[in-house]
Amino acid sequence: MGVAEPRTKQNPWTRIRAIQNKYPLSTLFVVIIAMWVVLAILSPYFFTYHNMFNLGRQTALTAIISVGMTFVIISGGIDLSVGSIVGVSSVVVSLLMVNGMPIWLAILLTLLMSCVLGLISGIAIYDAKVPPFIATLGMMSAARGLALMFSQGRTITNIPRPFTQFAQATVVGIPSLFLVALIVAVLGVIILNRTQFGRNVYAMGSSKEVARLSGINMRTNTYGIYVLSAALSSLAGILMTSRLASGIPTSGQGDEMDAIASVVIGGASLAGAEGSIVGTMIGALIMATLRNGFNLLGIDPFWMRIAIGILIVVAVFVDQFRKAD
Amino acid sequence: MSNGSEYAVVMENISKTFPGVKALDRVTFRLKKGEIHALLGENGAGKSTLIKILMGVYQKDRDSGRILLDGQEVQIDSPIKAEQLGLSAVYQHIMLARHLSVAENIFLGQQPKRRGMIDWKKMYEDAEAVLQEFSLQVNPRTLVRDLTPVQQEMVAIAKALARRAKVLVLDEPTAQLAEEETDQLHRTMRELKKAGISIIYISHRLDEIFKVCDVATVLRDGQYIGTKPVSELTEGEIIRMMVGRSIDDLYYKEEIKIGREILRVKNLTRHPVVKNASFSLHEGEVLGVFGLVGSGRTELVRCIFGADTPDSGEIEIEGRPVKIQSPTAAIENKVALIPEDRQQQGLALPLTLGDNCNLISGRQVSRYGFRNLRHERDTARRNVEDLRIRTPGINQKVKFLSGGNQQKVVISKWLNVDSKVLIFDEPTVGIDVGAKTEIYRIMADLLKQGKGIIFISSYLPELLGICDRIMVIAEGEVTGILRREEATQEKLLALASNL
Repeated sequence: MGVAEPRTKQNPWTRIRAIQNKYPLSTLFVVIIAMWVVLAILSPYFFTYHNMFNLGRQTALTAIISVGMTFVIISGGIDLSVGSIVGVSSVVVSLLMVNGMPIWLAILLTLLMSCVLGLISGIAIYDAKVPPFIATLGMMSAARGLALMFSQGRTITNIPRPFTQFAQATVVGIPSLFLVALIVAVLGVIILNRTQFGRNVYAMGSSKEVARLSGINMRTNTYGIYVLSAALSSLAGILMTSRLASGIPTSGQGDEMDAIASVVIGGASLAGAEGSIVGTMIGALIMATLRNGFNLLGIDPFWMRIAIGILIVVAVFVDQFRKAD
Repeated sequence: MSNGSEYAVVMENISKTFPGVKALDRVTFRLKKGEIHALLGENGAGKSTLIKILMGVYQKDRDSGRILLDGQEVQIDSPIKAEQLGLSAVYQHIMLARHLSVAENIFLGQQPKRRGMIDWKKMYEDAEAVLQEFSLQVNPRTLVRDLTPVQQEMVAIAKALARRAKVLVLDEPTAQLAEEETDQLHRTMRELKKAGISIIYISHRLDEIFKVCDVATVLRDGQYIGTKPVSELTEGEIIRMMVGRSIDDLYYKEEIKIGREILRVKNLTRHPVVKNASFSLHEGEVLGVFGLVGSGRTELVRCIFGADTPDSGEIEIEGRPVKIQSPTAAIENKVALIPEDRQQQGLALPLTLGDNCNLISGRQVSRYGFRNLRHERDTARRNVEDLRIRTPGINQKVKFLSGGNQQKVVISKWLNVDSKVLIFDEPTVGIDVGAKTEIYRIMADLLKQGKGIIFISSYLPELLGICDRIMVIAEGEVTGILRREEATQEKLLALASNL
């Protein structure tokens, strides 16, 4: 099926587009490497161990949440409640530990609670037929309310040391948080590409009716998607508590936007059925690099938000250009 | 129609290359003024590509051929340019704003204005005028969603006419229409012809070509095969030109022994669309279902498949009473549905051929939820080979396949699971003769394996050609079940209109 035409001159743009079509993530790789090269030139500090260590840690939590968000967005949904679930998880895990519960049990119960919250969103979406945007908008508000209520609006301190040490730990010089994110991402890739559930997610995103008529159990799969997203957000919330050594009810605010941005920059379509975990990870890394770079170069942090805004729009624009014709 | 040229459109030596595929190879097409010209060819022959080039959607290869309109060479570099040049197309999936009125649709984007505001009075009057000029019986104030399919077709045509189209392309306009609606559309086409409008007509129903067209041009594999007046052609010749060989019997049917009963439906009811339907199906049997659009035939089979739930009634499969409340339950009970609308209901369009083929069966070969990738790959390859699906590979996204090949993918999906009762809802709509015959052959293979088929179609010759019995539905009720020997077009039509 190869192109048999012996064309002497080929338009360079056509060739670039062909490469992009064959390897959809190539643009993202080029962008992230270009950013690193530029930053390395502008700041001698960028490629130091210390800075790389920070970059890894900064990326980690957004990356974990974004893995769940990738599943949600590929299925054609959206989850706005992730940031609030980070908050309520942070509060709950802290309170349980401060009140003497063993660390492992506190973590387990917190994860379980978040799964229930995810399940409630799933029920609202599948059984009550509330659009995902609205259902999770409701959960976003309710979960934040729970976080504030449980903590009485106060920061919880006196977290046991073994718990806070986890986030400081390193394995062969790699920050533990980054390793957790890496494991989550690898598991995400396996689930999305190698399991029946993963393909169901893509099928649901391409057409709910086709998925249903193919005998896919829409109820369990919808529940599964939102439970997964909530569980991963909860994990991020627990890790954040370990890093900050305190339970903060307002933590995680705005995380939903960072996660959605990572997924979209990573090439997913909000219309569903498109996207990948690797793309999302690079998306998260691009955002973290941008933040890190602005700090290093001492640019007014307000500019950073503007830059991220522009980045999101440009990323999608470039992707449309790739898909055109 | 100002100057001398006898041709409204001349496309000369047009080539079009997509990455990896030569879709058109020096194709020539000439459309005379006031002519109804059939453009024929199998799926993938290049009809759509040629039309899209004419409509400015695609650009022809730069150094190939030229396009003349009324004798003048033109560059059609965008759909807007095509519209300005008086070219207009009505596609199979009609593009209208369903929630707006007929008049608003006709003048969408160019509403008559007064002092910057829409002049509603003038818009309705103008719409009325356009509709009347071609005796289209539609009220300009009705919302498009309330119209029947043929009326929607009329509105789409009126929209084109209001934009002063001189050349009109009708792409598979009758795919969704019932018999009499098709006649109505043909009358309109003749009116348009009288008014000097040239029409390019694409249809897979060959009988229509003889009813309404003057000339036919045939393409095959991106090549121009020939142009002839329809009066000098026979159905067999057209098929030979399209397929490149002759197909002796279009409706392929083998003598297959009819076995025991595998499906019995008793008093199935779903208000208000299905009323008290009772019938049975046997091993090796094709039960045709005929009914006008809206008769409840699709709703009936959706109830059997669990896509909708019935209010009352019983279903027995291989003698066991079953409750089918969901498609999942239907699959467990060995019922399959190849749905009416393959694009909206049958296929996950953005996914690959391999994923679509394994969408159902993948569950059965997976272990602990993990897909058996090797098994899936082998299955998909076997499907491609067995059903002769034309595709660059199993990782091709199905949205890039042609209609006939897409339908084969839907069928593959169900061949890979063990089914006993297979429901085919309009499986041959919008696909070409070659692919149709192949689908009949696949059905014959299934019958030989002792399966039973329920076959819904609006096209009588097809039903009479391949069914053992034909059940007729009118207004949700079964009005008759005829054996193959006793069925005729007249009897079926009479039952369908409940006379």
